[in-house]
Amino acid sequence: MSMLSLERVTKRYRVGAFGGRELTAVRDATFAVKAGEVVSLIGESGSGKTTLGRMVLRLASVSGGHIRFDGTDVSRLKGRKLAGYYKHVQGVFQDPFSTYNPIFKADRVLHTIRPTFFPEVSAAEWRKRIDTALESVRLDPRQVIDKYPHQLSGGQLQRMLIARALLLDIKLLVADEIISMLDASTRIDVLNLLADLKERGLGILFITHDLSLGHYISDRAVILRRGVVVEMGTTDKVFGNPRHPYTRTLLSSVPQMHHKWTRADIARTIDGSCAIHDGGACAGEPQLVEVDDDHLVGCAAH
Amino acid sequence: MSLRVDNLKVYYRTLRGDVKALDGATFTVADGEIMGLAGESGSGKSTLGKSLIRLDTRMRLVEGGVELDGKPLPIGDQDAMNAYRFKAVSLIPQYAMSALNPTRKIGKMISELLGARGVKYSEIKPELERRLDLVGLKREVLNNYPIELSGGMKQRMVLVLSTLLNPSLLIADEVTSALDVSTQRAVAETLVEFRDREFVKSMIVVTHDISLVYQIADTIMVMYAGKLAEKAPADVVVNAPRHPYTQLLISSLPEVGVRYADRKLAGIPGSPPGLLNPPAGCRFRDRCPLAFARCVEEPPFVEVDKNHHVACWKAQ
Ligand SMILES: Nc1ncnc2c1ncn2[C@@H]1O[C@H](COP(=O)(O)OP(=O)(O)OP(=O)(O)O)[C@@H](O)[C@H]1O
Ligand SMILES: Nc1ncnc2c1ncn2[C@@H]1O[C@H](COP(=O)(O)OP(=O)(O)O)[C@@H](O)[C@H]1O
Ligand code: SF4
Ligand SMILES: [Mg+2]
Ligand SMILES: [Mg+2]
Ligand SMILES: [Zn+2]
Repeated sequence: MSMLSLERVTKRYRVGAFGGRELTAVRDATFAVKAGEVVSLIGESGSGKTTLGRMVLRLASVSGGHIRFDGTDVSRLKGRKLAGYYKHVQGVFQDPFSTYNPIFKADRVLHTIRPTFFPEVSAAEWRKRIDTALESVRLDPRQVIDKYPHQLSGGQLQRMLIARALLLDIKLLVADEIISMLDASTRIDVLNLLADLKERGLGILFITHDLSLGHYISDRAVILRRGVVVEMGTTDKVFGNPRHPYTRTLLSSVPQMHHKWTRADIARTIDGSCAIHDGGACAGEPQLVEVDDDHLVGCAAH
Repeated sequence: MSLRVDNLKVYYRTLRGDVKALDGATFTVADGEIMGLAGESGSGKSTLGKSLIRLDTRMRLVEGGVELDGKPLPIGDQDAMNAYRFKAVSLIPQYAMSALNPTRKIGKMISELLGARGVKYSEIKPELERRLDLVGLKREVLNNYPIELSGGMKQRMVLVLSTLLNPSLLIADEVTSALDVSTQRAVAETLVEFRDREFVKSMIVVTHDISLVYQIADTIMVMYAGKLAEKAPADVVVNAPRHPYTQLLISSLPEVGVRYADRKLAGIPGSPPGLLNPPAGCRFRDRCPLAFARCVEEPPFVEVDKNHHVACWKAQ
């Protein structure tokens, strides 16, 4: 059974003067994340990735549908029950610098969770757990403890936030564009770290607009366009045999290291054929259709 | 030879001393050349770009010189540079999109900018409109405010604007980083088109993303900790790099097709040195798997093959 499952999750924002207009940022998103699985959520900027991640983390309210975690509907949890949920589910975001307060030492983020979540654990024992967590994200405690954020690199700060998530003994990590701020040489370290954690059973919702990163670590991929899931399935199938015209466009625009863009890639993207209606009239209905085992595609009209 | 940079050193003054952000760069960019400029965050890419246009008050020209189209470019003299900015050298700064004045309509902004350079808006408007058509922007955008444009539209607008007077050299600093892949491609291809139509003679395209710049650049130059590490034709940098840093950088890049499960990529252990008191000798030394005794001396940036320059003792 899936650990996290989303069922027709929808988010509407009120926008405009006096909140007079409604914007649907996410519509009827349905997908799941299993334990020990990396699912990447891929889409261009504004497609609703962060909004989905924030709903899973309950940092944004859910306007419609259900989010279940280990069978419990968490989409409307409050108070102590919500705090209990955060013991299992945590997020790390794009800009590591913004998460830290520059006037405090960086490791403060590791200390402040003890009184909230583990009041029964002694300070000495907690310090030991911090060292273990730092080591498991391959940080040398001596190099990062007692330092201010500006004395650490983006990669070190980002890893410290992952260590924080681990201290909570979480089962699911929501990682929203955590790589984009990092240098190429640090990027791959953080990616490999996530892959290690996954092998130890952590479920990861990996949000990115970078297809090569998503392809590198994920088991399954969900392609989001304007708030709607247009294609999803195992990474091999979605990347190896993309069926939705939008997925094809994205894939053909990815810059590749040993292959230059050609006109032929563009020709491939012009193929707007619908995997569901095959030449017939596209009705544009929102349901995804299974075109292969664990490979679902939406109508091309979306 | 369009651009010739000779032993350029530009430092930032700070309370704790000089940050040696650009510490002796010597290279050329030929007519018609698009040069990608890559390197880690903090390696000095933007400092190099800014030096060719405008030194801000904290930047100090320590040594070296620049020639554009055979004539010296007075980069140390901010007033003298006014005659060159826009007309001879143009810069699209990092975060240019957010730097557009939000309270001015785009057309009005352009007209003010040109006015300050003694160019009449009415005279240039036909050419402006022709170029908007070319990049697929409706002429009505001139009546829009910057926030009404999407990221890709803004970048194309900034590109048209900064090349309107056909400068010899355009420096584009991270112009595609904030865009998603399909928009990235459109903007990158527009850069090539502008070069092909000779709106600009040559370009320096600053980026973190080597696989993107590889698509459009003729040559790629890699910086490391304020110094030049390598410059060569784009294919050579990607397929046969000679500097150990470039080699590690290239092999650490994931691309579609590479899966963790099949092939685990490795990063480069360690981090670049601080530039306040950088170590003597090769600055990559303490991360370099090939380092040997000689590396305590600074390796010169020399031509090891035709049009292939490297600063590494092992590559000579
Ligand atoms: N105003 C400043 N005062 C002091 N140091 C500065 C200043 N601006 C930049 N630096 C330092 O100069 C070095 C080079 O910075 P630069 O902005 O050129 O890097 P970059 O290669 O463009 O990096 P990025 O890829 O992050 O844009 C860095 O060590 C940086 O911290
Ligand atoms: N707090 C908010 N209020 C109103 N609209 C929002 C808010 N946050 C996001 N949006 C809108 O929702 C859509 C999806 O945004 P987001 O989830 O941030 O996308 P992504 O993370 O994929 O870039 C966008 O149109 C965005 O402008
Ligand atoms: S000069 Fe020495 S330390 Fe520097 S890159 Fe070459 S081998 Fe490595
Ligand atoms: Mg986002
Ligand atoms: Mg920069
Ligand atoms: Zn259809």
